[in-house]
Amino acid sequence: MKKLWYSAFIFLGILALLAGGSSVTQAQEKTLILATTTSTQDTGLLDVLIPIFEKKTGYFVKTIAVGSGQAMTMGQKGEADVLLVHSPAAEKKFMEDGFGVSRRLVMHNDYVIVGPAEDPAKIKGLKSGGEAFKKMAAAQALFVSRGDNSGTHSKEKEIWKVAGNKYEGEKWYQQTGLGMGQTLNVAAEKKGYTLTDRGTYLALAKTLKLSILVEGDAVLLNIYHVMEVNPQKWPKANIAGAKAFADFMVSKETQEIIKTFGVDKYGSPLFFPDAGKKVEDLGK
Amino acid sequence: MDLIIEGIKKAFWLLVSFDPEVLGITFLSLKVSGTATLISLFIGISVGASVALTRFPGRRIVVSLINTGMALPPVVVGLFVTISLWRNGPLGFMGILYTPLAMIVAQAVIATPIVTGITLAAVQQLPAKLRLQILALGATRLQMLWILIKEAKLSLLAAVMAGFGGVISEVGASIMVGGNIKGYSRVLTTATVMETGRGNFDVAIALSIILLLLAYLINLVLTQVQQRERPR
Repeated sequence: MKKLWYSAFIFLGILALLAGGSSVTQAQEKTLILATTTSTQDTGLLDVLIPIFEKKTGYFVKTIAVGSGQAMTMGQKGEADVLLVHSPAAEKKFMEDGFGVSRRLVMHNDYVIVGPAEDPAKIKGLKSGGEAFKKMAAAQALFVSRGDNSGTHSKEKEIWKVAGNKYEGEKWYQQTGLGMGQTLNVAAEKKGYTLTDRGTYLALAKTLKLSILVEGDAVLLNIYHVMEVNPQKWPKANIAGAKAFADFMVSKETQEIIKTFGVDKYGSPLFFPDAGKKVEDLGK
Repeated sequence: MDLIIEGIKKAFWLLVSFDPEVLGITFLSLKVSGTATLISLFIGISVGASVALTRFPGRRIVVSLINTGMALPPVVVGLFVTISLWRNGPLGFMGILYTPLAMIVAQAVIATPIVTGITLAAVQQLPAKLRLQILALGATRLQMLWILIKEAKLSLLAAVMAGFGGVISEVGASIMVGGNIKGYSRVLTTATVMETGRGNFDVAIALSIILLLLAYLINLVLTQVQQRERPR
């Protein structure tokens, strides 16, 4: 009888021993913290790239997938070594304030405005994102926003500025505070419109009842940069690892993988490699 | 409905094919939550029993704090543990943020008040005269404590189940302090959140089913122990 009572403890004890073996912390200089956006994780791109990088360099990458806003805050606080983000205005500020040492163009894809096929605001086929937002506001059609300071959210605010409509606090304007994938699900369930990067939309399209309504406007470009955190501000940052990762992202081999990533599954690439190009030349 | 059936099929398939990634995730869930529960048992039972058996000023406040701690929200724990473990934070020198160890720490913080609270209630419930009797028979204070804990074991096993159930099912703290890193700190709950975000609902359902199965099996073992030990 007594044995039975102890067996529960022994059982947990074995688990503890097992855990002890595996939770030994990695050597600091070989660990790299990559703060990135949800889109690079939700599309599966990083699942392809990170193992290649780790094998090549021996670094262990800790990928923390959050919104671009949070990723940059992590960089500012020295809690990440390298950032892969898509929020150009905020990135420029980040560099101006001296938090980063380099910022390199990696790839782009585009944002699309998606919504229910019935399209109550009649925006389908419009050529301008601002025009589409204006019509949605006029029709008071439900718009589901990320509302999380992510790159997509910043882009959305930029387009609202172009449209010139009041949206904050309006009844038809709802903020989820969630990642792109979850926000798309919310929009689909509520038959609302939302702004999304094409990659995440394509990755989820099979389960969503949302169609692409507006695409192709220059304002809808979605540009990804890789930034290394400034070690002068944060001596604990792994600058060698950050540089290795940034170099890897713009290397020829990686750019080739980005070019073909998703073609087999979705019929078209999810990202277009842009290393070495100028932002002004994109989308032409 | 189709989706749920798809999910069940997927769960079955992932289990019978011994999918290495899913096995790793399941095993890590078990290890992290099991270790955290074990730590919480050591702290929780000693603190709970001590508070139950002593009288001191402000005791009611301490007891109410422990009882409030039983409802400690995992995200709140996650937030504070993350901030403390930041490499430029107060405990940053340890360098354990985004590791399974950090998840064990956070989960232990969540489970400890649960175990403490239940232990407190269990030991307090024992007849007060029992203590006198044990001491009168010549036991030392430590021996008395051990006998009392054994007397309360049915409730203490409930504490184990509640503590373990609380941590194996939480996601808020694990995702914040562990980072949901593939093949390293990804557990069943954080993987479920991610797969839902990716729109892979079948995989998400499969992971949920595996989590439920795991929780059931562990509780089955503990319940067996508990019920056989029931006084007749």
